[in-house]
Amino acid sequence: MRILIVGATSAIAQKVARLFAKANHSIFLAARNEKKLVSVAQDIQIHGAHPVHYMTLDMNDFDLHPALIHQATQSLGGLDILLVAHGQLPDQPACQVNVREAEQAFKVNFLSVLSLLTHASHQFQKQGSGTIAVISSVAGDRGRQSNYIYGSAKGALNIFLEGLRNRLFPYGVHVLTIKPGYVDTPMTSHLKKNRLFADPESVARDIYKAIQKKKDVVYTPWFWRYILLGIKLCPEWIFKRTKL
Amino acid sequence: MNAYECWGRYPKAKHQIEPIYWTSENPFIHSPATSYLAFGKGRSYGDSCLNDGGVLLDTSGLNRWIHFDDEKGVVRCEAGVSLAEVLRLAVPKGWFLPVTPGTKHITVAGAIANDVHGKNHHRAGTFGRHVGQFEIVRSDGTRLLCSPQKNQKYFSATIGGLGLTGLILWAEFSLKRIPSSWIQMETIRFGNLDEFFNLSRDSDEKFEYTLSWIDCFSQGKSLARGLMMRGNHAENYPDKKRFSIRDRSINIPCTAPRWFTHSSIMKGLNVCYFYKQRKKPRVSRVHYDSFFYPLDILGSYNRLFGRGGLLQYQCVLPFEGHGDLSAIKLILSRIAKSNLASMVAVLKVFGNIPSPGMLSFPRKGITLALDLPIRGQKTFHLLEELDAVVGEHHGAVYPAKDARMSGENFRRFFPQWKEFRDYVDPNFSSGFWRRVTQEPSPIGLAS
Ligand SMILES: Cc1cc2nc3c(=O)[nH]c(=O)nc-3n(C[C@H](O)[C@H](O)[C@H](O)COP(=O)(O)OP(=O)(O)OC[C@H]3O[C@@H](n4cnc5c(N)ncnc54)[C@H](O)[C@@H]3O)c2cc1C
Ligand SMILES: NC(=O)c1ccc[n+]([C@@H]2O[C@H](COP(=O)([O-])OP(=O)(O)OC[C@H]3O[C@@H](n4cnc5c(N)ncnc54)[C@H](OP(=O)(O)O)[C@@H]3O)[C@@H](O)[C@H]2O)c1
Repeated sequence: MRILIVGATSAIAQKVARLFAKANHSIFLAARNEKKLVSVAQDIQIHGAHPVHYMTLDMNDFDLHPALIHQATQSLGGLDILLVAHGQLPDQPACQVNVREAEQAFKVNFLSVLSLLTHASHQFQKQGSGTIAVISSVAGDRGRQSNYIYGSAKGALNIFLEGLRNRLFPYGVHVLTIKPGYVDTPMTSHLKKNRLFADPESVARDIYKAIQKKKDVVYTPWFWRYILLGIKLCPEWIFKRTKL
Repeated sequence: MNAYECWGRYPKAKHQIEPIYWTSENPFIHSPATSYLAFGKGRSYGDSCLNDGGVLLDTSGLNRWIHFDDEKGVVRCEAGVSLAEVLRLAVPKGWFLPVTPGTKHITVAGAIANDVHGKNHHRAGTFGRHVGQFEIVRSDGTRLLCSPQKNQKYFSATIGGLGLTGLILWAEFSLKRIPSSWIQMETIRFGNLDEFFNLSRDSDEKFEYTLSWIDCFSQGKSLARGLMMRGNHAENYPDKKRFSIRDRSINIPCTAPRWFTHSSIMKGLNVCYFYKQRKKPRVSRVHYDSFFYPLDILGSYNRLFGRGGLLQYQCVLPFEGHGDLSAIKLILSRIAKSNLASMVAVLKVFGNIPSPGMLSFPRKGITLALDLPIRGQKTFHLLEELDAVVGEHHGAVYPAKDARMSGENFRRFFPQWKEFRDYVDPNFSSGFWRRVTQEPSPIGLAS
C-alpha cells in the first residue's frame, strides 16, 4: 500500500507510521521541521517501510498542497491512504482576547485540512478507491469553556468530514474521522497527567485497525464514545452551568 | 504512564519531569532548573537514577532508530531505545547484544551510563567496550560527539558516568553474530565456594556465558552452595524458529505483603530450588529470553518485596588466580547468618578485559549480587559491615544497584572519582551523586 502521512512528526502519526512500516508498506511523510522529519524517516525505514520519501512544508501554506499530493503520488506511484495528523492545541484564554490567535487555531486545525482534502478528494474520487483518515478530536463533539476554540475548529472538521464521506461514498472512497481523547504527546506535555491519558501506541493501533476495517468514525480509546455520549446527551440548560 | 521511581522503590523522590522528544531540540529551555538528570527506564535499584527536588529528563521519547547495518552488525539509535527493542530488530537478522544485563528493559543510554555487564564479562567485558560513538548535550547547549578518537575524555567519563556528564542523545554500538536464538545450557550443582571456583575456572574457558545462583541461607561446609548455569549459543538450529524472539511477561498487579519475604519462606524456597536440580548436570536447549531474562517474566517483580522496598547489594572483590577467598567467605557467611537475604543471589567471576569507562564498576575478581527486602536498620547495618570488608580488600560496590553506601566508602572504592569530577556537567546531579560527594540537595522546585 502507498501511504501519505501529513503531520508525520506528530507523536501519534509516528506510531501509526511504524505499524504501516512493519507491514512493509511504502510511505511518504510530510511535516514542517526538516530535522524531525529526517529522524522519523530513518526510523520507519528501519522498521521496514520501503521506500520512504518525504517533503518539508508548513501546512498553513495552502498553495503547496497540490504539489504535496502530486509529489507523493509520483514518488509512491499512486496513493491508497492519506492520513492527516497535524494540529495544534491553542491557548484558550489567549484566543478569548486575541482574535488572531483564534483565527490561527482555525487555520491550522480546520482550514488547512479543508484545503488539502479539497485537492486530494478529486484524485481519490477519480481513482474510485482509497482511504482518507483524519485525526480530529473528542473536543469537537461539544463546546466547553475550557477549550472551545480548538473544539469548534475540530467540530467544523467533523462536519466537513461527514459531508466528504457522504460525497465520496458512491465512489468507493473511505473517509475516517478519528476522535482521540487525551493522549500523552508533546501537545499535552504541559498538562498534568491522569488515568484518562492514553499512550500514543494504543491510539495508533486503534487508528490502524479502523483504517483496515473501513470504519466511519473511531473514538480512541473506545470508552470516549460513551463519555461523549453522556456529554452530548446533557441538556444545554444544565451543560451551560458546568465547569467543563 | 511512567512512574519515576527506582527499581528498589527506595528511596522515594519528587521531581519535575521534562519529557524529551527530539535529539535536534535543546532539552534545557523550559525549566529554570537547579539540577538535571536523565531518566531511562528506572531499572537502577537506587538513587543513581533519581534527582529528588530537581528535574528528570524523561528520555522515553528518544526511541527511534537512526541506522542499522545488518551486514556489519552496527546499530545507531536514540538514547531511550530499549535493549528489548534492539533484540526485536537484531535477532531476526542473526545478531545479538554484545553484552546484556539480567533485564532487557533498560535503555541503551542506561547501559552506557552504568557500563553494564552480563554473563559473558569474562569474554566480552562491559557494554561500553562495544560502543563506537555517541553524542551528548551539556546543559550549556554544547554538543559533543564522543568516540575513542573524538572527545576521548568525555567518551571515557560518560561510559559508566552515572548520567552526570550530560544528556546522551544517541549512540552507536556493535552487535554480535549468533547462530540461533537458542542457548545450549548446562545446569550444574555445586556444594560450596571452593567447588564454585573450580567449576567457574573450567566453565569460563569453554562457555561464553556463566552465572551461578547461590543459596544465601546455607552456612558452614555448604556455604555458598548453588547452581551454575553456563551456556553457548546453539549452533545450526534447524527449524524456522531459529531466529525467533520472545518477550513474555505477566504483571504483578499489587505489592506483596510483608510476610512474603520472611526469612523462613525464603529459606524454604532456596532449599527447594537447590534440590530441584539433581547432582548430575542437566543439559538443555533454552530460548535466549529465558536464559538471560528469567526475571523479566515477572513484569515488576520488585513489588514482591513489599512496600518497604528492596536493596540490592553488588560488590566485586579482586583476586589473582585462585588466590584469597577469605573476603568473599566472610561476606557470604555474614549474609547467611543475618537471615536477611532473599531468593535472588548470584555469583560470577569477572574477567580482566578492561573497560573504556573511567568510573566503571567491573574489574577482575569475583562479584556477588543479592536482593534484600528492607527490614529497617538491620539491613542497613549489615550492608555497612560488608562495605568495610569490601573496602579492606580493595573491592567496590556497584552504584547502579546502590541506595545507601557512604560517601567515604564510594571514594575509597572509586579513587578515580576526582578525575571524573572534572567532566561532570555543572548542572547535572543525582541523589546518589549528592550522597557520595556530600553535596547538599538542590533547593526549591518539587520538594
Ligand atoms: C532485574 C534487573 C537485573 C539487572 N541485571 C544487571 C546486570 O546483570 N548487570 C548490570 O550491569 N546491571 C544490571 N541491572 C541494572 C541495570 O542494568 C542498570 O541500572 C541500567 O543502567 C538501567 O538502565 P535504565 O535504562 O533503566 O536507566 P535508569 O535506571 O533510568 O538510569 C540509569 C543511569 O543512566 C542515566 N541515563 C539514562 N538515560 C540517559 C541519557 N539519555 N543520557 C545520560 N544518562 C542517562 C541515568 O541518569 C542514570 O544515572 C539490573 C537491573 C534489574 C532491575
Ligand atoms: N494529544 C492529544 O491529547 C490529542 C487529543 C485529541 C486529538 N489530538 C490530535 O492528534 C493530532 C496529532 O497530535 P499529537 O497528539 O500527536 O501531538 P504532536 O506530537 O504535538 O503533533 C502535532 C503535530 O502537528 C504538527 N503541526 C502543527 N502545526 C503545523 C503546521 N502548520 N504545518 C505542519 N505541521 C504542523 C506539529 O509539527 P511540529 O513538530 O513541527 O511542531 C506536530 O508534528 C492532532 O491533530 C491533534 O489535534 C491530540
